[in-house]
Amino acid sequence: MAESDPLNLVLFSGTDDKLQAAAVLTAGAAALGKPVNVFLQYWALDAFRTNRIDRDHGLAPEAGVEGREAVAALRAAGQASWPETLRQAKELGGVDIQACSLSMDLLEIQPSDLDPLVDGIEGVTAFWLSAGDGPVVFI
Amino acid sequence: MAIQVIARVDARGLSCPMPIVKTAQAIKSIASGALVEVLATDPGSQKDFAAWSRTTGHELVEQTVDGGVFRFVLRRK
Repeated sequence: MAESDPLNLVLFSGTDDKLQAAAVLTAGAAALGKPVNVFLQYWALDAFRTNRIDRDHGLAPEAGVEGREAVAALRAAGQASWPETLRQAKELGGVDIQACSLSMDLLEIQPSDLDPLVDGIEGVTAFWLSAGDGPVVFI
Repeated sequence: MAIQVIARVDARGLSCPMPIVKTAQAIKSIASGALVEVLATDPGSQKDFAAWSRTTGHELVEQTVDGGVFRFVLRRK
């Protein structure tokens, strides 16, 4: 991977653990100066609605009881939430978050419904074009 | 000769990747050649700061550990 190739994250899942993992990957890459493209689809996009972003989005089914307790303990210890982690990552620059236009239609989301973390709306062709030769991660 | 630290980042208690993120933000605010001191408790931070230094070119000048607190001094390139 060349220095300038972006990291491309496709976020599909809307649970807090998967969004947290994606936010951590984004912030780590941004700290290294790598451009990051985040493409929001389906339930991940739904979680970026202004009136839902700070809600409890639950955990993936594989978390189980112990997983729930571990995540709760991390939160209680002051771990930054995934929206906050993404905000910090965007402050470093090079992070572009786009909503999938098909998912916008599917979920009947208006652009004004989305949190300011989202930079815009694009189709899958624009996403692949911006992805260049960088790796694509689907979460 | 005492080193001249210009900026400090207290990342104690913060989990990955926040120590690196806060340091990346802080190092932007200092001049080239100036030093930033970071305190962290994240167990991954030793490897993370070494990797971050190699990739970004900001030199890792000092690295110590004291009672579970990691201390890093980096020089902005």
